[in-house]
Amino acid sequence: MDASVDRIARPWGGRTPYGRHEPWPVRVDTFLAAGVDPAAVRRWVQTASVLHSDGDAMDIAVVDGRMAGVRGRAGDRVNHGRLGPKDLFGWQANASADRLTRPLVREGGRLVECDWATATERIAARSRELLDERGPGSIGFYTTGQLFLEEYYTLAVLARAGIGTSHLDGNTRLCTATAAEALKESFGCDGQPGSYDDLDHADAIALFGHNIAETQPVQWMRILDRLEGADQPRIVCVDPRPTPVARRATVHLAPRPGTNLALLNALLHEIIRTDRVDHDYIEAHTVGFEELATRVKDSTPEWAAGICDVPAALLREAAEILGTAERLLSTVLQGVYQSHQATAAAVQVNNLHLIRGMLGRPGAGVLQMNGQPTAQNTRECGADGDLPGFRNWQNDSHVADLAKVWNVDPSTIPHYAPPTHAMQMFRYAEQGSIRMLWISGTNPAVSLPELSRIRSILAQDRLFVVVQDLFLTETAQLADVVLPAATWGEKTGTFTNADRTVHLSDQAVDPPGEAKPDLEIFLDYAARMDFRDKDGGPLITWHDPESAFEAWKRCSAGRPCDYTGLTYDRLRGGSGIQWPCTEQSPDGTERLYTDGITWAHPDLCESYGKDLITGATDDVVEYRSLNPDGKAVIKAAGYLPPHEAPDDDHPFQLTTGRTLYHFHTRTKTARAPQLNAAAPDVWVEASASDAAALGLDEGDLVEVTTPRGAMRGRLRVTDIRPGLLFVPFHYGYWDTEAGHGPDGDTPGRAANETTTTDWDPASKQPLFKTAAAVLRRVERGDGRYAPAPTTTASAPARADAAPATTGGPSALATESPESPDATGDSRSHGEDAR
Amino acid sequence: MNGIDLVLRALHHGESRLADELTAVADRHRADHEVHHVATDLAHWSHEHTRRLADTAHDRGLNLDDRPAPLDDPPEPAPLLLLYDLRDLHLRAARNSLHWEMLAQVAQATRDDALLALASACHPQTLRQMRWTNTMIKNLSPQALTSL
Repeated sequence: MDASVDRIARPWGGRTPYGRHEPWPVRVDTFLAAGVDPAAVRRWVQTASVLHSDGDAMDIAVVDGRMAGVRGRAGDRVNHGRLGPKDLFGWQANASADRLTRPLVREGGRLVECDWATATERIAARSRELLDERGPGSIGFYTTGQLFLEEYYTLAVLARAGIGTSHLDGNTRLCTATAAEALKESFGCDGQPGSYDDLDHADAIALFGHNIAETQPVQWMRILDRLEGADQPRIVCVDPRPTPVARRATVHLAPRPGTNLALLNALLHEIIRTDRVDHDYIEAHTVGFEELATRVKDSTPEWAAGICDVPAALLREAAEILGTAERLLSTVLQGVYQSHQATAAAVQVNNLHLIRGMLGRPGAGVLQMNGQPTAQNTRECGADGDLPGFRNWQNDSHVADLAKVWNVDPSTIPHYAPPTHAMQMFRYAEQGSIRMLWISGTNPAVSLPELSRIRSILAQDRLFVVVQDLFLTETAQLADVVLPAATWGEKTGTFTNADRTVHLSDQAVDPPGEAKPDLEIFLDYAARMDFRDKDGGPLITWHDPESAFEAWKRCSAGRPCDYTGLTYDRLRGGSGIQWPCTEQSPDGTERLYTDGITWAHPDLCESYGKDLITGATDDVVEYRSLNPDGKAVIKAAGYLPPHEAPDDDHPFQLTTGRTLYHFHTRTKTARAPQLNAAAPDVWVEASASDAAALGLDEGDLVEVTTPRGAMRGRLRVTDIRPGLLFVPFHYGYWDTEAGHGPDGDTPGRAANETTTTDWDPASKQPLFKTAAAVLRRVERGDGRYAPAPTTTASAPARADAAPATTGGPSALATESPESPDATGDSRSHGEDAR
Repeated sequence: MNGIDLVLRALHHGESRLADELTAVADRHRADHEVHHVATDLAHWSHEHTRRLADTAHDRGLNLDDRPAPLDDPPEPAPLLLLYDLRDLHLRAARNSLHWEMLAQVAQATRDDALLALASACHPQTLRQMRWTNTMIKNLSPQALTSL
């Protein structure tokens, strides 16, 4: 019997308990639009979720050429049929009436509709002009973690070998740059060591700054199911907020933001002091242990307790769990990546696993997570600050190999310095050396730190801004040319989740109006620019998603992210497949480093490493002398205080973050009614003791001010650590009178009005977790309450302070223990859709 | 302003100065034979660098003979000023590094463990400062100097 569940009120749905080492039971989640009879759905089109990094496999129901609902894919390794709230409801945004349907160009200060030829020729003409007058360094591309692999790869080729610019990065800089950097530092190369299946086998799970319940809700369902089954895992949670994970944790550490490294060094100190160390593993597979042991020798729990404001006894309890685990799985996300000493701290989690020998076995692994659905592909394809295929920009033979794949001279590909990271690109635009910035699938006017600065950069007359998106976002409103893009469900391509699982996403419906797939837009630009290889042939030889995928396979061949064993046909119908996937490993690779470290040799590695404190790059000579045999590198680092500390004028720490029901800047989730209603407007979280001290209460309109700016929202009093404020970063201005930023009538609403321009020196990831702020009341709530969910980390400290978040009848989804085999083979259906 | 011309001038001036300094050191320390000979040899390198820089400049229509080195005056544009400052930081750090080297050596010669410990603790960080300035110059120079 199928159960019907309000998946706004109960985001993780019903439990399917299972024991350790058992397979996770199937539960197929389905949501269909009101009035759609499941039996009437003739076509289910295969895809996976795009509103987080989990890669939940699903089918889109198509009725009369329109999307009518979604259903989890029972046979997929990632989700075993389950879907999260954003998966269930987010698809509705595709059909929003305010989708962009025609290109826009700026005329007389206003954006006006035009045809594609006008818009794209304007971009090509400006590009040619800039190349002639100022050279390739005057053109930059800022992309996303939300396009498809084929699109990133095409963009990487046209930017790096066509234009010849270093300036190509993704908003993945904000979400996953530290994950990549930490993996490069420890293992010489990017590539997720672990697998989601490790959740089935671990006896201890440690989550560092990772509110998995809200960011990857389907994997949290998996943990919840294990917590209800036999031989439950112990959970260690490091998070300053009372997240759902913290509430279920065996040990919850709520450190002062900005002190992750001190906390981790103390945990490592305890593990080394108690000799819960795998000396054989260290000897066989690592270098640098002695340096770590020396570095953390004095990092006692008492020392860290003073810095982190966490009881030393609690640190010892956590170290006891980490040190005695038989199979330990650790995960890391924004609480580390977007915080002070990001890479240094993330690397210590790798070190924990290296010194305990907890890698490459079921249940023993590290998941350095991603935030966005296709961030992994941005990294692999070189559309972020790396070369495609995890090639090393400092290694001439890697560059020569890439040049061979592209049939260009190696000097065509800028590799005299690392590819420019996003924050530096905006600095170059600010200084006027970048004159054209092409922004695809991201909304920096809401998502980057210190928004008044970002708006002023984007609004410059001398900067030609191209925005390629679904809606007239805050950023698009500042553009010179706006290109309407097709999105998920309206185009075909592949993407890869945080545990290296590659999924195919087939086109289900037509894009609205004249909107075009991003791939077509890039291919059209390449054709207009007439990019050539060294023999005078076209630089880009592919013409559609599948031929682009085949081209990428050639680029990935022999690299860690080898896709050569995959085809669209193999990905259609069954489960997603984890790379590397080759002729020798046709079913993919569940875990990396099952038999030692494979990509750290000086001749193979993606990076020779950086100084974790200064960001200075090491060279091959230094790396070779440190690590001649290509083992894992145990890198130690000393704690430094955060750059901005509370003082009399700004007595609070301020952290920004996300909520379960929204994704990024709400361009899609605010247009899905159930998701929007669950968290319709911004709010501010403070602790009960701080609220009491300031005489504030639930629902008061408050203002949060930092040296950069201010934002307003209603107050939610929670069990967050005292002294800390939290603001969700999703909210901007497109749904306010002001349009793209605050004005005289619209006060600041975006969290990033307040954040600081500062980044981790190694990963260049901006810091959103450590600002100092002051809080004041603007007006009393008088019975109102904050528009914050009660089901999440935002739950009120006093349960009756706000009505419970529910979705009502419109949020009912079904949960079935059965695979829907009557319509199960979406292979043929998928092909119908194309 | 052309970034390449600017750096060619600065390098030409710097190499020429270094050649003069090396020659002067070789002259002053004739009785320290190794220093005298090696400094003279190294002065040849810098002379050769100067000559090649001048030839290269000449081929590009730039006369380097008698103009002051513009990079020694604070430049106007912010990106260039940053490179200039990073360069100065690097040179200061290099100077400190050599002094740390001296301190470590005298500490060993006099068996002064406290001094040696001090130098051993601090000198690696001086070297990291130099690597940082070098990295920053490497990363920022292409854009700063091509966009002048």
